[in-house]
Amino acid sequence: MIQVQNISKSFKETRVLTDISIDFHPGKINFIIGRSGQGKSVLLKCMVGLLEPDAGSILYDGVDFLNMDEDQHKAIRQEVGMLFQGAALFDSMTVEENVMFPLTMYSNLTYSEKLQKVNECLERVNLVGKNNLYPAELSGGMKKRTGIARAIIMNPKFLFVDEPNSGLDPETSIVIDNLIRNITYDLGSTTIVVSHDMNSVMEIGDSINFISGGRVEWQGDKHALLKAENEALNNFVFASEFMQEIKENLRR
Amino acid sequence: MTGILGNFGRYFLLMRRVFSRAEKKKVYGPLITDEMIKIGVQSVGIVALLSFFMGAVVTLQTAANIESGWIPKWTVGYTTRQTMIYEFSSTIVALVLAGKVGSNIASEIGTMRISEQIDALDIMGVNSASYLILPKLIASTVMFPFLVLMAMSVGICSGAIVGTMTKAVSLNDFVYGIQYDFDSYGIVYSLIKTIFFAFILSTIPAYHGYYASGGALEVGKSSTKGVVYSMVAVMVANYLLTQILLL
Repeated sequence: MIQVQNISKSFKETRVLTDISIDFHPGKINFIIGRSGQGKSVLLKCMVGLLEPDAGSILYDGVDFLNMDEDQHKAIRQEVGMLFQGAALFDSMTVEENVMFPLTMYSNLTYSEKLQKVNECLERVNLVGKNNLYPAELSGGMKKRTGIARAIIMNPKFLFVDEPNSGLDPETSIVIDNLIRNITYDLGSTTIVVSHDMNSVMEIGDSINFISGGRVEWQGDKHALLKAENEALNNFVFASEFMQEIKENLRR
Repeated sequence: MTGILGNFGRYFLLMRRVFSRAEKKKVYGPLITDEMIKIGVQSVGIVALLSFFMGAVVTLQTAANIESGWIPKWTVGYTTRQTMIYEFSSTIVALVLAGKVGSNIASEIGTMRISEQIDALDIMGVNSASYLILPKLIASTVMFPFLVLMAMSVGICSGAIVGTMTKAVSLNDFVYGIQYDFDSYGIVYSLIKTIFFAFILSTIPAYHGYYASGGALEVGKSSTKGVVYSMVAVMVANYLLTQILLL
């Protein structure tokens, strides 16, 4: 479980996050949604330690991440997997080397043992036989799936996903969504997804946190989301005419 | 002024990270080998080419400027040797490598920064500064002295070849000149400078790449800054080391 407590963050004079408190539960897909520039990615970066918040605390299974020493940080990071918006694959490495990378750094397995694990992960993300391709040779969807394989190779307790479907076609987006769902339920990981893709939210979201103006404006599940009376949330979720029609139909 | 001091501070903090909390030793082996090939072996051609022409030019210019009968012809060989060993081989080669190796390091690390590859390393708990910069630093420190020794040899040999081919100096005079009053400390001096230059040329561009932000344009800017600042640092270090080691 990850607990974010009273997190605030500013860049010079600009306040980006104000007193954010959210609990992210294990075995669930926890969404952070909101318009662009509202602080979703900053919150995610604070949670994984890429940015230091000005105030507040972040608890990983009850232990304050911000006050851990180097060894504790290193240990907790081995339980963290992250899929970046652009996949962030290492350009100079093949798919196999990318996925194997965390094992190379942190395990004492032999090459054949590592390769077996890599192939299992590649099978899971439907990239069998793509071991020797370089990132430049992959499509956007394949890059994301490679990124997912790398993120899950250590069986992470905490899985962070940043905009998983950006730049992907609807069919590939569903493939990625299903992968995130299956991995979360199989591993029992605490999965946190930052997204503004409402299809994805409605497809796999268990818990939804809507951020607006650097504050948590609304929290609930996807069923409650459709009936919520929060204006900022409704403006975001039902921005298109198509979604407004759905809302009207639901009201009727 | 604050900006300059801030950059110095960030540079030294980055260096502290480079040398602290290194990853498993076996991880570095292949990385250092790769970097030695990229930084060292792949620079052999350009260094040899430049050294050949620089040795030839120094020989011809010295010969052309010695018109007095009071100055012996072997001075051509002597001057070529002194120039190649004391200054050209270390400093000029360092400036050339700043362009070739420095820009490569800055743009490689800068691209990794803007494409979140460095963030990925950090999130995995890898000391990204050490993982990315230390192998380049070690490879530079190991390979640059070989390049400098090669530059000395090629430059002096090219001086002999061009000098005799153009009849600017006889081979006997040239060989006498390069042996005259030879002090091997000159080579040691040059190699000591090279070690410092290797440190500068691998870490300053790496610093600019590591803290790049934005997009492709910023990576280009960080690459330019890395090259320019490392060249300036090489010249300043050259002056300081010369004063310390020769006077």
